[in-house]
Amino acid sequence: MAAPVRSTADQPTSSVQNLTIGKALNLGLRAAMEADDKVLVLGEDVGKLGGVFRITDGLQKDFGEQRVLDTPLAESGIIGTAVGLAVRGFRPVCEIQFEGFIFPGFDQISSQLAKLHYRTQGGIKVPVVIRVPYGGGIGAVEHHSESPESLFAHIAGLKVVSCANPVDAYWMIQQAIRCDDPVLFFEPKRLYHSGALKAPVDTAAEPDPLFASRTVRQGSTATLVAYGPSVKVCLDAATAAAEDDLSLEVIDLRTLSPLDLEPVFESVRRTGRLITVSEAPSESSITSEIAARVQQECFYSLESPVLRVTGFDTPYPPSKLEEHYLPDLDRVLHAVDRALAW
Amino acid sequence: MSSPEQWTRPEPGAGPAATAAEPTPEQVIAGLRATTEGGAELTQLLNPEGERLASAHFDPYVSDIDAEALRGLYRDMVLVRRADREGNAMQRQGQLGIWVPLLGQEAAQIGSGRALRPTDMAFPSYREHGVAYTRGVDFKELLGIFRGTDHSGWDFQAHGFHPYTIVIGNQVLNATGYAMGQKFEGKVGDDDGEATIVYFGDGATSQGDVHEGFVWSAVYDAPVVFFCQNNQWAISEPTERQSRLPLYQRARGYGFPGIRVDGNDVLACLAVTRWALDECRHGNGPVLIEAFTYRMDAHTTTDDPTRYRLSDELEVWKHKDPIERVRVHLARTGGADQEFFDQVQADADAFAADLRDFCFNMPDPPPERIFANVYAEPSPVLEAQQREHLAYLAGFAEGGER
Ligand SMILES: Cc1ncc(C[n+]2csc(CCOP(=O)(O)OP(=O)(O)O)c2C)c(N)n1
Repeated sequence: MAAPVRSTADQPTSSVQNLTIGKALNLGLRAAMEADDKVLVLGEDVGKLGGVFRITDGLQKDFGEQRVLDTPLAESGIIGTAVGLAVRGFRPVCEIQFEGFIFPGFDQISSQLAKLHYRTQGGIKVPVVIRVPYGGGIGAVEHHSESPESLFAHIAGLKVVSCANPVDAYWMIQQAIRCDDPVLFFEPKRLYHSGALKAPVDTAAEPDPLFASRTVRQGSTATLVAYGPSVKVCLDAATAAAEDDLSLEVIDLRTLSPLDLEPVFESVRRTGRLITVSEAPSESSITSEIAARVQQECFYSLESPVLRVTGFDTPYPPSKLEEHYLPDLDRVLHAVDRALAW
Repeated sequence: MSSPEQWTRPEPGAGPAATAAEPTPEQVIAGLRATTEGGAELTQLLNPEGERLASAHFDPYVSDIDAEALRGLYRDMVLVRRADREGNAMQRQGQLGIWVPLLGQEAAQIGSGRALRPTDMAFPSYREHGVAYTRGVDFKELLGIFRGTDHSGWDFQAHGFHPYTIVIGNQVLNATGYAMGQKFEGKVGDDDGEATIVYFGDGATSQGDVHEGFVWSAVYDAPVVFFCQNNQWAISEPTERQSRLPLYQRARGYGFPGIRVDGNDVLACLAVTRWALDECRHGNGPVLIEAFTYRMDAHTTTDDPTRYRLSDELEVWKHKDPIERVRVHLARTGGADQEFFDQVQADADAFAADLRDFCFNMPDPPPERIFANVYAEPSPVLEAQQREHLAYLAGFAEGGER
């Protein structure tokens, strides 16, 4: 596991700062670039503009155009050249502007990025990170609100993670950059600048390992498993349920490939009920994978079938309809009721 | 040291190879000049001062444009600009989720759009509200996309206007395929031939889809006009991020003609597009047109251009405004009087007021819409998901709360 990297940039007197997810990512990238001059940032509008979400704000100014590259407008180009740069010894961090625009680069991801290490019997490492703002709830036009993470988790050779809070955002991005495997790094865009999620980030702390799930709320009645933007939905649901004396356990998966399901199995053996929550369509997804493994590992502990609260198996709808499509507190609690009534 | 000429227009073997990737100061200046002036090869029929410039080649293509027709083009541009400003305003007022302004690109869109015949097909990207207007698409039908009530509303076959495409470059291949179909069906080869036009930006020229569209169209002699609106910016990236040489010159490498037209000159855009469509109708396609213009507003209503470009640039381009030059020309040549200009302004205000009224009263779509039309054939899986979701919603209706 990668060791923590300390930021030396505008070092405050205390190592603790109160940050949003967006700012934590920004500082995490900065720390990684300071720690290793082979780390490059590349993508559309990541330079002067600082990215459309400002996650790379100020990086080009401080590290120069050789390390923060405003690329031509082509995702296959961004990812394909990142592979080449990695072969040459760099650690490129690609920004994809919105998840819906990653697909011109899908071939490079699946054919080269994911397979070079295997094809060369370990001869070539491709430590590329692809940052992908994902998820809905921002009232956007088409292709700006999707959750395609399962497509990447399905490809052997890629690692796929998602952060859900500022502390993880700060550390996970640095750990992903230090990882010798390619990492798809999914960022919950609607929470980037959420003041409600602001949290103290101790830049001198020892972070949790990258590829590990975490129990973020203890409970005994049922287990909720989520990742990225859905973790907050589940935590809110658990808080609401507590008023009705229901004790819900919430697990933040953090890593989608490899999956770290031991904490989930352990939890389900205690609660007997599992609800998985994700904005992605349910068919052939992370949530179906969890359901399959849990029924295999926890068959005799289950009091009800594993239920899934997800987007529908449709394209992402026009934004006036997204409140139906996205799992919310009510839909999660409805599933809890169904599980309890089984 | 290589000359600016070599940098912007390298001829194989015409000089020493460049020695470094870093441009020389002359090259930088040549590049800057190219961005604001469009260079010597810019086709122009009406200059920013409103003077009509003769062109032996292109005049025949606009010989029918008398004062009345020019007044029509003027009116088109004023209406479209006014509606575009209303789009911005409605976004600010929370009626639209986002608006994609076309300010400054009216001439490129009206000129090229008016060059099309009803039997032609147009493939837009997402900023082509002016082209939509020329295809008879009601401006109101554009609003759903930006309000979030639909992904696309109009009858694309009836209007010869494909749905908007947001993924940069995708539509260029789709248009190429459509044009191949026109050819395969024998609709190409004489004055009555059909053609296709596809719109994309300067940034889009970097996408593989656009290159592949160029290759395919050349290999199959597809009757497609590639209409690139070079508005100088792809969000925060200037055109120099995408190309070392003027974009229109790329066509040559693929084996078809490329031409740069003053994108702020509606007459030149009309003439050049008519010419290009004519070439396609007769089987001499494809053709690349680079309309040299400027995005006078932000990329979208969520963008903040002060972060990446100087306002001086905008000031320079204001002098080349696409509408003003037509107004000056009409006034100076006696083609229109003040009464006409006042009437157009009044029409534009009424057009915008109607649009606004419509927008404020647009109903939200029903939840059933989520599940409809995912497939052409019935889907039992989605029917079940819909039933389940509607039953879930009905539970709230009974319980009284959601
Ligand atoms: C494949 C893809 N990547 C990224 C984006 C995000 N994006 C939307 S518009 C844009 C810039 C487009 O610039 P240009 O092609 O010059 O057209 P303009 O918007 O200036 O008309 C970008 C990067 C996208 N829509 N599709």
